[in-house]
Amino acid sequence: MSALTFTPAGIYCPAGDFYIDPWKPVDRALITHGHADHARWGMGSYLATDVAAPVMRHRLGDVSIDTVGYGETLSIGAATVSFHPAGHVPGSAQIRVEVAGEVWVASGDYKVVDDGLSTPFEPVKCHHFITESTFGLPVFRWQDQSVIADQINDWWAGCKAAGKTAFLGCYALGKAQRLMSMLNPEIGPILTHTAIENTNAVMRAQGIALPDTVQAGAEFDHKAHPGGLVLAPPSALGSAWARRFGAQENAFASGWMALRGIRRRRAGDRGFVISDHADWSGLLSAIKETKAENIYVTHGYTEIFTRYLNDQGWNAQVLQTEFGGEDAEDEAA
Amino acid sequence: MKRFAALFNAIDQSTKTTVKVAALTDYFQQAPEEDRIWTIAIFSGRRPKRAVNTTRLREWGAELAGIPRWLFEEAYPIVGDLAETIALVLPPPGTETDHGLTHWINALRDLSQVEEPERKAFVLNAWASLDPTQRFLFNKLLTGGFRIGVSQKLMTRALARATGKDEAEMAHRLMGDWDPATTTWAQLIEEDDPAANASRPYPFYLAYALEDAPEDLGDPGDWQADWKWDGIRGQLILRGGEHFVWSRGEELMTDRFPELARARDFIPDGTVLDGELLAWGDNAPQNFNALQKRIGRKTVPKKLLTEAPVILYAYDLLEWEGADMRQKPLQERRATLENFCQNLPNDAPVKLSPTVAFDTWEALGDTRSTSRDAQAEGLMLKRKDSPYLTGRKKGDWWKWKLDPLTIDAVMIYAQSGHGRRANLFTDFTFAVWKGNELVPFTKAYSGLTDEEFRKITAWVKKNTQQRFGPVRQVTPHHVFEIAFEGIQASTRHKSGVALRFPRMSRWRHDKPVTEANSLDDLNEMLSIYG
Repeated sequence: MSALTFTPAGIYCPAGDFYIDPWKPVDRALITHGHADHARWGMGSYLATDVAAPVMRHRLGDVSIDTVGYGETLSIGAATVSFHPAGHVPGSAQIRVEVAGEVWVASGDYKVVDDGLSTPFEPVKCHHFITESTFGLPVFRWQDQSVIADQINDWWAGCKAAGKTAFLGCYALGKAQRLMSMLNPEIGPILTHTAIENTNAVMRAQGIALPDTVQAGAEFDHKAHPGGLVLAPPSALGSAWARRFGAQENAFASGWMALRGIRRRRAGDRGFVISDHADWSGLLSAIKETKAENIYVTHGYTEIFTRYLNDQGWNAQVLQTEFGGEDAEDEAA
Repeated sequence: MKRFAALFNAIDQSTKTTVKVAALTDYFQQAPEEDRIWTIAIFSGRRPKRAVNTTRLREWGAELAGIPRWLFEEAYPIVGDLAETIALVLPPPGTETDHGLTHWINALRDLSQVEEPERKAFVLNAWASLDPTQRFLFNKLLTGGFRIGVSQKLMTRALARATGKDEAEMAHRLMGDWDPATTTWAQLIEEDDPAANASRPYPFYLAYALEDAPEDLGDPGDWQADWKWDGIRGQLILRGGEHFVWSRGEELMTDRFPELARARDFIPDGTVLDGELLAWGDNAPQNFNALQKRIGRKTVPKKLLTEAPVILYAYDLLEWEGADMRQKPLQERRATLENFCQNLPNDAPVKLSPTVAFDTWEALGDTRSTSRDAQAEGLMLKRKDSPYLTGRKKGDWWKWKLDPLTIDAVMIYAQSGHGRRANLFTDFTFAVWKGNELVPFTKAYSGLTDEEFRKITAWVKKNTQQRFGPVRQVTPHHVFEIAFEGIQASTRHKSGVALRFPRMSRWRHDKPVTEANSLDDLNEMLSIYG
């Protein structure tokens, strides 16, 4: 029997009787990271990294979460399990499962570049590698984070000079904090929507250093904080709350902004191309470094990416999952 | 091309008209004059000839990117734009160069003279030396179709601002068939006489659709009503012993409609008429289908000239005895028009489009409901004292169209859109029942909100039965109300009918597929309205 199998409830390890990021309620769930399509409600027990757990508690409420450090080895039944940095968001992990010498890695979501906030991605050698393919097309090629930081800061400074508030739409967990660390605080105050500030508070409490922010709640007086940049979930852009800030420009930070059509449809004025998922070359280099013989391709451009891998001599197959809340039309990525 | 790329970025990175106009105004004041002329040409649809066919571009793009051709072809519909797909897959540029817009356009023009290997070397070299935005623009120049969120109206406003001239005058200057390769900035924009070019048409005045009740327009006595014809809006110019026929899309159609040459025999020089180009039958317009046979034909066989002779059904007079009439009130223009049209013989290729008499809005509403019998799509309402304005303006002219015909149909194929709609399924094929079989009869692309397109896209992804390249066959499940303006018998369609202007008017969540209409229903509509 294979160390990991694919069941209607999710990726399952018979030797250890646990699931990885299951989408149906199960007794025991190992979780790669806290995004909603990977950490779902209703599991009997959870196991995640110590860095990922606080946000999961914040999101899932009163649930039982055991924690483990990166690289620590656990025995669960007949399986040996360890969590390794995935570089996606703080605390995100690839989960390595070894049963009778056969090694699998379920990588959840990952990116291979260092974002300065999450523990950087570490390749893990394995026989079987489960990879995402959110941006698994050769049209996706990320620029250096410093280039994007300059673009965002220039835009912000321009907004400020024009007497406008800069609204930057982004995902509340991970992307928002990464963007905060890229902003130049000398331009003005960093203001946050409550949904983002709540996540900030959780991360600060666990000792993750984040720049100073000012929560822009319902009673917020924006005139007291001129020249600010507001980080908000995309759904809050253009809302009644946002309109109270007066003159403003809207931007959106996501890998999807690489495509002009999507940017024009989603982003209002500006789109900044920055993602917590690997780009085309990132996916390929990650796969290569695993030295895996078998590749399982989940959420994203699965068919196209799998065909390419097989073209290039890998043994790849599509794996249908219920991951991937990070479609072009959703808010994340 | 850096300056042009900067202009493009400024326009592309904002949704605000003021920002776009400001960027264009700066550009028109600062860019080299030859680049300004090409920019005007590009933004008004006068693109240079395509120098390389797109199949080659796709091959070369995939080759330079080091990816298999099939992968390129998979990525293209997701990006939704060929120029952009190539720009994105290519590796970052080596040494960058900076030539002006005109340099590149001239280089592309010369490219059509050389053999393919040389052409390929030029294109690959250009890709390797341009940054991604410039590459995208270079590819747009290569492939044509420059739609980047600048309307001609915005450009005209910016030009007016940059030169201190009146906007309507500027719009007039930009009309007609000037050639950007030989026209100078001084000739096009600065020289005093905009009518210097005998063939130059006036900007068309365009009407908005009437949304509210006509009663809101006030006293019916202040208004003129005429039929809204279903032909090609056109302008007939008689100047300097020549004649010119322009379509509303600023296409010169003189040679396509040779019948109109005879207008010179009856109408004095120094006349410009606005009206509808229509195929004429026995004392009445034929339907659009008859005209359709003439469109796209540069030379017309004799048989077609007798079957579908084209006339201009004139409803406005823009120039008379060499003088611009546009500032005069409509009733005065109309009186002059009626006066000389009275004397036209029956076989003249220009006829007077009659007005529709009415006393009350209610009575006019009744007349409107008979539009289809008159081969019209509805009525036009024009304020009698209105001048002839430039472009689409609210207030003096309204189109009051007939409600469209509708049919409930089942979606059976979906394809993703282009440009702003890339990555969304927006292009659908619809079917009606023929017994237990679903027969496709039309495609439709528009009418849904972005939100609805997002919903249907998610559904299509989960309910694809089969893929044929970019087309997906989906489970027959969703019923849409399809609205259309007309129906014709067609041998080219499996269903035997062709619709005019089909679009989705409603997503019928309330209807199961079994309650969609049938081919019999369509055929009945064909017998009534066809």
